[in-house]
Amino acid sequence: MEFKNLKLSKKTTLVIWVIIIAFIIAAPSILPVFRLNLLGRYLSLAIVALGVDLIWGFTGLLSLGQGIFFALGGYCAAMYLQITSSSEFPNNIPEFFGLYGVDNLPFFWEPFRSPIFSLFAIWVIPALVAGMLGFLVFRNRIKGVYFSILTQAALLVFFNFFNGQQKLINGTNGLKTDVTQLFGQMVGSESIQKMFFWLTAVLVIAAWFFSKWVVKGRFGNILIGIRDDEPRVRFTGYNPVFFKTIIFSIAGGLAGISGALYTVQSGIVSPQFMTVPFSIEMVIWVAVGGRGTLLGAILGAVFINYAKSLVSEALPASWMFIQGGLFILVVTALPEGVLGWVQGEGPRNLLQRFGVKRKIETYPSLEVKNDTEGLKK
Amino acid sequence: MLLDSLFNGVAIGSVLLVAALGLAIVFGLMGVINLAHGELMMLGAYTTYVTQLIFKLPLLKPYYNAYVIVSIFFAFIVSGVVGILLEKTVIRKLYGSPLETLLATWGVSLILQQFVRSVPLAYGTGLVISLIIGLFLPTVFSLKVKESINYKYVKFSSWIVAAFAGVLSGNLISSSVSKLSRASARNVDVTAPAWMRGQVEILGTAFPKTRLMIIIITLISVIAITLFLNQSAWGMRIRAVTQNREMSDCLGISTEKVDVLTFGIGSGLAGVAGVAVSLLGSVGPNVGGNYIVGCFMVVVLGGVGNLLGTIFASFGIGIMTDLIGAGRLLSIWPNMPLPLSNTINFFATTSMARVMIFALIVIFLQFKPTGLFPQKGRMVES
Repeated sequence: MEFKNLKLSKKTTLVIWVIIIAFIIAAPSILPVFRLNLLGRYLSLAIVALGVDLIWGFTGLLSLGQGIFFALGGYCAAMYLQITSSSEFPNNIPEFFGLYGVDNLPFFWEPFRSPIFSLFAIWVIPALVAGMLGFLVFRNRIKGVYFSILTQAALLVFFNFFNGQQKLINGTNGLKTDVTQLFGQMVGSESIQKMFFWLTAVLVIAAWFFSKWVVKGRFGNILIGIRDDEPRVRFTGYNPVFFKTIIFSIAGGLAGISGALYTVQSGIVSPQFMTVPFSIEMVIWVAVGGRGTLLGAILGAVFINYAKSLVSEALPASWMFIQGGLFILVVTALPEGVLGWVQGEGPRNLLQRFGVKRKIETYPSLEVKNDTEGLKK
Repeated sequence: MLLDSLFNGVAIGSVLLVAALGLAIVFGLMGVINLAHGELMMLGAYTTYVTQLIFKLPLLKPYYNAYVIVSIFFAFIVSGVVGILLEKTVIRKLYGSPLETLLATWGVSLILQQFVRSVPLAYGTGLVISLIIGLFLPTVFSLKVKESINYKYVKFSSWIVAAFAGVLSGNLISSSVSKLSRASARNVDVTAPAWMRGQVEILGTAFPKTRLMIIIITLISVIAITLFLNQSAWGMRIRAVTQNREMSDCLGISTEKVDVLTFGIGSGLAGVAGVAVSLLGSVGPNVGGNYIVGCFMVVVLGGVGNLLGTIFASFGIGIMTDLIGAGRLLSIWPNMPLPLSNTINFFATTSMARVMIFALIVIFLQFKPTGLFPQKGRMVES
């Protein structure tokens, strides 16, 4: 599909960021605790959306399985919290093991006693899993829809695995984090939650800068090349497998961080994070916000989730209709998303429809030729 | 013992086959994966349920035993018509961008799911009836009418007729069958007629009749679709467009019509699969989701070049699911070494069998990335 490479002008980006940061700083004092917690969760979802934007918006890989990496990150965080606050339970292991008559800690829990290992595991393990899965798939030049449905199948496989293993990770019940201890306080308590909110806000901004850095320069150009014409990239002498694997594991790592933040703020991680609808939703956040814009991914994730919670509170049955309609609308009418529409010809076309004449451009504006910027450098 | 295992595998595989058949044909032709395929199956299953209730009315009571057979045709038509509508409104616009189609069809599947939950089935039936009439009434007029300027009025008035017919039939059904007049998100059950209950004994092994029925449905669908594709003129056109769309277009084949037809047939097959699924368990809004990923695996494993690939892949997956999921290897080879038997025990549940099969498929794709029967061609991009 013909797809322009969107570049938001510096001014717009700056304005949007100023608004976002102002809102984040003001949020704790204006929003009630419940809403603040929701906002924190949605901000953490923005990080996974950034990952989706990197692989889909920039590289053209539609992954329907980001939930795997999201949940893996969440599980890593939850395992650390569970195991460090399990000293009062029998055998010094988390409480749920007792329900299934398990006396010894399964071996893979052991390293999570260390906070440093856990901090790394949250993003390294999802990134490694993503890299491995990606390498096996990309190596055979499996792409397009094949890739999408393979990731979806992988998602279902991981769901089945986590759902079925009661004795290893508490199966379908998931791991609770809100009653665990961190720094001598309950994770579910208000002060810790507020701390997580700030952490999330900082990490969203950091993730945005990181993604921006990734897609800048030659690496980013190759990603866009893979999206637009992969054989040509290959014939030019680059190995797309390498780049695709790298970007897929970066997205996996971002999903892991996002999952960990989401878990500690919602109080539980369960196989429900690995259901098919949730992973496809991630794609729609990016699609609505504007793919290939990074900022659009963040805005899309936060606004759609906020809308979701508002609509489902008011009219529970209608959200599915709205969401379904959103999917159809965004791919048929707004393929570049809201930000892309605003930045592109959209508003002018709309004005024209209401009778406002378009200015005639005597000289083709330079902004249209943005894609030659890379060459000039 | 071995026969029993084989039969179970074939039974699982035949459900997969009839469900994946439509998906594979559509994917082969248009390169489109229809994520709403599972929901079209669900529509087929609900059609069976509605047909069953309608056949309980006093007028049709004597023919109650035949309702399963009738519902196969109904399900084919209902799902087929919804599929045609889907193609005409959404998928046609997205031709050439398969990933966008994937997302759009997911949106459609969400809407269909919620539709079944929040609209009474009687009015849903009415809507489907009006769709059928609206789509097919204009086609019965002769060519002369079609060429006249007034054809769009003919079309318009037939939609009005269709709307009336839909409202009337919806009201009629909801007033005569009370179970269908209220919306409910709960699962419903389809009870098989008396002649399909029980078991048949062949070679000393008992086979449940419903499963045999499903195998027969699958067999008939496969034979019918093979005959259609290989013997009829439209089948030839479909094959031609599948092989080379531009060339077929140049030679005067209406690719637009071929697309609609194929999508309709593929969706209709999903409806038939829905009938089969409704015989196996209860029917709910999520019933399609349980089967859909298995169908994707069949398409990935089978390749798109040949229907044989779909057949081999679905029976292969079915038999493997049964072998691994029921731990049958252990009973065939009782005294295998301990670590091996422990591993097999670990995977001996339905959900863990899926894990194992996915791993096997990924390993298989390392050797044959385009499936069992890939489409032959010499293009850079396949």
